[in-house]
Amino acid sequence: MERIPILKMGDFLLVTIQVDLYDQLAENLESDLINTISKYSSKGVLIDISAVSIIDSFMGRILGNIAVMSKIMDAQTVVVGMQPAVAITLVELGLSLNGVISALNVEKGMELLRSKMHTSDNEEQDYDDDNEQ
Amino acid sequence: MQNNLLSGLKEHENKLLTIWSQILQETGGGDGAMEEEESKEFASLFTSALAKSDVSYENSEEFEKVEDLIVGIASSRGKRGFSPRENAQYLISFKQAASQILSEIIKNPSEFYDASLKLNEILDNMTIMTFEAYMKGREDIISRQVDEISEISTPVITVWDGIVALPIIGTLDSSRTQIVMENLLQQIVDTGSSIAILDISGVPAVDSLVAQHLIKTVSATRLMGAECIISGIRPEIAQTVVHLGIDLTGILTKASLASALRTAFDMLQLQVVKRKVIG
Repeated sequence: MERIPILKMGDFLLVTIQVDLYDQLAENLESDLINTISKYSSKGVLIDISAVSIIDSFMGRILGNIAVMSKIMDAQTVVVGMQPAVAITLVELGLSLNGVISALNVEKGMELLRSKMHTSDNEEQDYDDDNEQ
Repeated sequence: MQNNLLSGLKEHENKLLTIWSQILQETGGGDGAMEEEESKEFASLFTSALAKSDVSYENSEEFEKVEDLIVGIASSRGKRGFSPRENAQYLISFKQAASQILSEIIKNPSEFYDASLKLNEILDNMTIMTFEAYMKGREDIISRQVDEISEISTPVITVWDGIVALPIIGTLDSSRTQIVMENLLQQIVDTGSSIAILDISGVPAVDSLVAQHLIKTVSATRLMGAECIISGIRPEIAQTVVHLGIDLTGILTKASLASALRTAFDMLQLQVVKRKVIG
């Protein structure tokens, strides 16, 4: 069965979606990703959707779910490379993907993840503060 | 039978043309060589169509050609600066000329009546078509200008490495917001900018719909992974927004483009310092 590859890069996981997602594939990705996070106890997930031209409300929800699930497992999710048309569609659908952090490209996404790691290391002691955000 | 009566016009085509151009000159609707050519073509096509169509004139192929021609002439005259009145006068003069010839060639009053009734019907219909063609020509110009205005009214400016600004001038409506949003997002992708400044000092009024559009644009930029600052909020706009109960708290707003730029510099950890003067 078709699967989306999940690559491990140090503390982070890299997922590049090169095909248009259909429902089953997205659900598989969700469970695979969560399992991989727990397996490597990763600190961050980077999802590259630059090749995805269609995101419907279901995909939007899956992305949101992934972000919340990985957050619970102490991993930060960054979605990178969203196409303008996709962003407009999501906004028109009323999905602003709260909880999902976006970055323009993989480079900036990595930078963002690293800086998040850095700040969370520093703020380990005042955990309550972090939780509020 | 009526068409047979009208078909006699073909033999007097040259005479018809002479009378027609004479009337046109008298009414002052002529503009020289180009018109002469058009008139000649029209008269020839029209009279041949009358001669050939033996049943009714409607839906016949010959008349479709004539109609196409007159529509072409009308829109070309419209572009050359003729008024709709002059355009209509053009065909009405043709009717006068044709009637004059008909009265000469048909001696029987009842036959003449039938023939001129038919002629009137055909030519009146064509006059209406010239009006429509004229209007359509004008509307094409207007819609092209509307496209052009919306195209040039959304310039995305790169103000700094990683910062783009988009000054919006004029009222924001749904279709315009769409263009603004698309241009801005595309520019963000192209330049890899992480901060977009939306300057609305040129927007005359902000109502709930416009605010809704602004919020959508900001959300879309955030989804792309860039931050969006709205600048140029004038006091009246701030008042209306609050009175309307629109929640802009999730959006970064600044009073002027300068302060938005300063904020953007802060976000990119850039600093503008005054050069020390030596001596």
